[in-house]
Amino acid sequence: MSNLVIKQLSKSFGSKKVLDQISFDVKVGEFVSILGPSGSGKSTLFNLIGGRYLPDQGDILIDNKSIVGKAGQMSYMPQSPSLFPWRTIMKNIVLGAELKGKPDLALAEQMLKKAGLTEVADAYPSALSGGMKQRAAFIRALLSPQDLLCLDEPFSALDEFTRLDMQNWLLSVWETYRKSVLFITHSIEEALYLSDRIVILNTNPARIKAVFEPKFERPRPPELLLTDDFLAWKRRIYQTIKTDD
Amino acid sequence: MGLSIKKSFAPFIFIIILLVIWELATRMLVIPTWLLPAPSLISKEMITSWPTFQQHFFATTQLAVIGFIIGVSFGLLLALILHMFPRIRATIYPLLIMSQNIPIIVLAPLLVIWFGFGIFPKIFVIILVCFFPIVIATLDGLAQTSQELMHYMQMAGASKRQIFFKLELPHALSAIFSGIKIAATYSVMGAVISEWLGANRGMGLYMTLAQSSFRTDRVFVAIVFIMLLCLCFFTIILLIEHQLVKGTKKGSAEYE
Ligand SMILES: Nc1ncnc2c1ncn2[C@@H]1O[C@H](COP(=O)(O)OP(=O)(O)OP(=O)(O)O)[C@@H](O)[C@H]1O
Ligand SMILES: [Mg+2]
Repeated sequence: MSNLVIKQLSKSFGSKKVLDQISFDVKVGEFVSILGPSGSGKSTLFNLIGGRYLPDQGDILIDNKSIVGKAGQMSYMPQSPSLFPWRTIMKNIVLGAELKGKPDLALAEQMLKKAGLTEVADAYPSALSGGMKQRAAFIRALLSPQDLLCLDEPFSALDEFTRLDMQNWLLSVWETYRKSVLFITHSIEEALYLSDRIVILNTNPARIKAVFEPKFERPRPPELLLTDDFLAWKRRIYQTIKTDD
Repeated sequence: MGLSIKKSFAPFIFIIILLVIWELATRMLVIPTWLLPAPSLISKEMITSWPTFQQHFFATTQLAVIGFIIGVSFGLLLALILHMFPRIRATIYPLLIMSQNIPIIVLAPLLVIWFGFGIFPKIFVIILVCFFPIVIATLDGLAQTSQELMHYMQMAGASKRQIFFKLELPHALSAIFSGIKIAATYSVMGAVISEWLGANRGMGLYMTLAQSSFRTDRVFVAIVFIMLLCLCFFTIILLIEHQLVKGTKKGSAEYE
């Protein structure tokens, strides 16, 4: 199990400052969402954690060890499913694990079943719907051996109905496996529904605007989305985003 | 497989129609056989001359196969080296393109002057014509690796080796195969051209002999067998490709 600490992280591209002094943490087994407008630097943050970019300032720690510039310290689900077209679904979902050693095929099969993908285990990604691809990409991340799961807007490309299904499915799977999750989204509702903590970024450059900690009980039923309490939270967050600093 | 039979149906019909027109034209216009023999005459000659022709056929086949295998291996090797060292690649790539502007027909006699009439200059010609399409196709295939998948591999902490074997190579495979297919037909051409220059066996030699004695029907026999040989090569490679390239049809189309 691992916890992630982001310490005063700054990053510029040329003269353009994208991230400015970002600090927050993800505790063991916690689900933290990053909520920010498009172009605010959310994916850039993931690229820093993933070691593809080096920060200008600041530090990234996992279990108190700096992982700056080190790749493969987190399991990752990109903004697009990024499945390998020449691999069957089964081969695709074990890829993350394969890169780090020997994949656990029994576990993979069990996960496929949970995702309702058993029938397409031997099919190629081109035969899957968008939602199925996202599920496959999520399982691939889940089967990777790292304890920190970073999900970059996994459901933003899906329609409303599929998205709700996927959110529920993700919650149920996550509640079983309980990895630490860092989740990027630009949907307030999604962030509220899924997370323990919500970090709100503003843009140009991204700074932390506010952190919310809605303590909804788990497991969370879909009805939660319509409770007064939930809507009140939604309003609060919305107003925070709207106010200028 | 069912689909490919359907697909080859139209060209098949087209060829039949062409042959019929050809046959009728030679008969109605009374074209002399030394100028343009009728298809029926050519097919008759194909059967009657097969016992003497077959040694030429197999000699050319053997030459083409050897040259093809060496040329393809050499091409793949060079492409991999160039891919691994982008600096060298930038230097060599334009030279490679330029080298293709040297017509083989011109180069071949030079090779004979330098290396004599043995098998070596012949193989060399075939290697030359084969290896270029392979190098270019492989390099382009490797360069066109999907950025999206590359991003995933890097974030997931894949090593250079893993990126190559699990992403770049499989991604380039269909491009490599299109290079191999071109090389296969070129290798047969290369073999025939190299035999024109001097050989004691082979379809190239057969053609030159037939031509100098105005046996145009025999020239056509050689042409038909050359085409059949190309087709054979092509089919074998298609079958191998079918086995190796999986599920990419749609996927790779997205990146091209
Ligand atoms: N490699 C790069 N080089 C230069 N600029 C970059 C690079 N990567 C990102 N940027 C810039 O950084 C800013 C933040 O980009 P980023 O992709 O992190 O946004 P995002 O919050 O993930 O947006 P979205 O919600 O649309 O995915 C953008 O203005 C982008 O142009
Ligand atoms: Mg992004």
